[in-house]
Amino acid sequence: MVSLFFLLIVAVALAAFAFGRSRGRAFVGGGARLHSLPVYHGLFLATLCVLPMLVVLAAWTPVAPRYVEARTLAALPAELAPQTTLEKEGRLREARLVALGQFAGTPDAGTTVAAGAYAGARTEAEVTLLVLGLAGAAAGFVFGRRRLAPDFRARNSFEHVTKVVLIACSGVAILTTVGIVFSVLFETLRFFARYPWYDFLFGLQWSPQTAIRADQVGQSGTFGAVPLFAGTTLIMLIAMMVAGPVGLFAAIYMSEYATPRVRAVAKPVLEVLAGIPTVVFGFFAALTVAPFIKNVGESLGLSVASESALAAGLVMGVMIIPFVSSLSDDVINAVPQSLRDGSYGMGATRSETIKRVVLPAALPGIVSALMLAISRAVGETMIVVMAAGLAGNLTFNPLEAVTTVTVQIKTLLVGDQEFDSAKTLSAFALGFVLFFFTLALNIIALRIVRKYREQYD
Amino acid sequence: MTTMPNIELAKATVAEVADEAATKVVAREVNVYYADKHALHDVSIDIPEKAVTAFIGPSGCGKSTFLRCINRMNDTISICRVSGRIEIDGSDIYDRNLDPVQLRAKVGMVFQKPNPFPKSIYENVAYGPRIHGLTSSKADLDEVVTMSLKRAGLYEEVKDRLASPGTGLSGGQQQRLCIARAIAVNPEVILMDEPCSALDPIATAKIEELIDELRENYTIVIVTHSMQQAARVSQRTAFFHLGKLVEEGPTEQIFTAPQDKRTQDYITGRFG
Repeated sequence: MVSLFFLLIVAVALAAFAFGRSRGRAFVGGGARLHSLPVYHGLFLATLCVLPMLVVLAAWTPVAPRYVEARTLAALPAELAPQTTLEKEGRLREARLVALGQFAGTPDAGTTVAAGAYAGARTEAEVTLLVLGLAGAAAGFVFGRRRLAPDFRARNSFEHVTKVVLIACSGVAILTTVGIVFSVLFETLRFFARYPWYDFLFGLQWSPQTAIRADQVGQSGTFGAVPLFAGTTLIMLIAMMVAGPVGLFAAIYMSEYATPRVRAVAKPVLEVLAGIPTVVFGFFAALTVAPFIKNVGESLGLSVASESALAAGLVMGVMIIPFVSSLSDDVINAVPQSLRDGSYGMGATRSETIKRVVLPAALPGIVSALMLAISRAVGETMIVVMAAGLAGNLTFNPLEAVTTVTVQIKTLLVGDQEFDSAKTLSAFALGFVLFFFTLALNIIALRIVRKYREQYD
Repeated sequence: MTTMPNIELAKATVAEVADEAATKVVAREVNVYYADKHALHDVSIDIPEKAVTAFIGPSGCGKSTFLRCINRMNDTISICRVSGRIEIDGSDIYDRNLDPVQLRAKVGMVFQKPNPFPKSIYENVAYGPRIHGLTSSKADLDEVVTMSLKRAGLYEEVKDRLASPGTGLSGGQQQRLCIARAIAVNPEVILMDEPCSALDPIATAKIEELIDELRENYTIVIVTHSMQQAARVSQRTAFFHLGKLVEEGPTEQIFTAPQDKRTQDYITGRFG
């Protein structure tokens, strides 16, 4: 029904547009000089017709189901009147299925009555939608038609419409973000109602399995997240030790030393690296790099876990190289050529120029590139799921297995879970911490970039 | 004959220059190519020591290109190729054994748009002495910075804020800072590529005054779009057109009695 209403909206919009435009053309035919092109008259009229329809739909959508529900429940005979929420849901579902003819078996008399009420109420609601919508469209049409005139500023009026549409679109993006933040926040608060936040943030033991039966042992259900933060930090540091220098130096080579021909080949190749799915990096880490590190380590007499932090960190570092290099390349290229000329003109060599003029000028941008890379590394999941461990070891030894925040979130939520235990809720708390951390990094990075932009001109 | 523009000539007369006319830079049959484009054809010129030589000509005539040959700045452009011979004090600067980096310390350059580094005023001037290791102590460096700023006529304006960023100065001050930066390494030749084109008339007047003072100690080559400027500051003028050096001689002569029809057309404003 709603989809039919959308079709109706499109039809009304097209009709109103055609009418408005032909009115505009008629004005021209009548020898009048138009303020706005005929097409704006059409757009103006179409907007005035569609807007009330959308308002009606927006108002109808939350109201109609409640009305239908109330009518259905009221039609139920007294003996079937539901006592609990669960029962209410069941009765409504049955009535709906009967009304749609999808009910398996024979419904009892009460349900059939309720189904009749359901169908009736639905039809009423749908008819109301159509009538109100068309009435709104008609009102808009009449109002708009009276305003159409040769000197009517349809062009300027449509400017407001454009603005509203643009605001609505950015509103969707912003509201989604806000919505996600709040839903994670509320789940986090639910978790902290069951588990003290202090123990979560500062506890040293992570063991999320909760005992289902009283006689189970070793299932303490402690949610001390420090080992996860430590593991995340360790892997992130290893990754940045790879991606930072390699990415930065690659960017310097690309922007300062490479001939245009080399650059034309090397840059796209580097960007292909950014296009490799992380799951591919993941099995590369788990199947190639980790065993290699283990073999090398053992031949040196070191004990290396088969899922070492080093393997995951190294591969993650390789993954974010293009991220660092392409952002740094941009900021290095943004340093004006005149500064380089100034330095060369003083008799500086190329590396002196880079070290003393280009890099200092580009430094804020490079720092923000590194910060964005860090937030990328911290939020990365697939590689660590495949290559890092699950055990929450509190260690800074890169040869041992560690686990990360993202791995634990994935582990806590994958499979059959009930979503009101401390175990699953802890995933939201972890997600919230992660989000908070990357958000903070992004804000800092953006601020640095803004400050950097003020440096020239 | 067409009437000549009413242009005030520089104070130093031709005779004065001729007296001390030791030649600093000698160029013979210099050709420059950008990829396939032949940008400069057989330019030969003698540039006298401790005098101002102006290169004039319409846009794209090769005057900046030739200027950038004198300190081998064109080396930093990968598609650029230079042939011919340029000597400074009798030694070939395109010699295989010559280090272009050393050359550029001897031949300083000031650019069209003021380009102070995003560092403090002090650090801007100290840049050259630092990379070339010209000073041995902090006091030494302070002395060089102060001297250079004084010579560039900027010291009085900035002496209380040497630590503030050079990019915070006005356009004219920035350009004088760039001149101070160039003379801090004690060059013998200073190349100026339209140093006033981004400046207002008052700042331009200051720079021109400065150029006239610097002439006592340095050989100056200036590219300019303004014929008035060429006449005001230079003792010799070279006119470039379509990649060729058309005419070269004492400024007075170029502006009052040009030998070539093209020069005459240009300085009377017929084209360019």
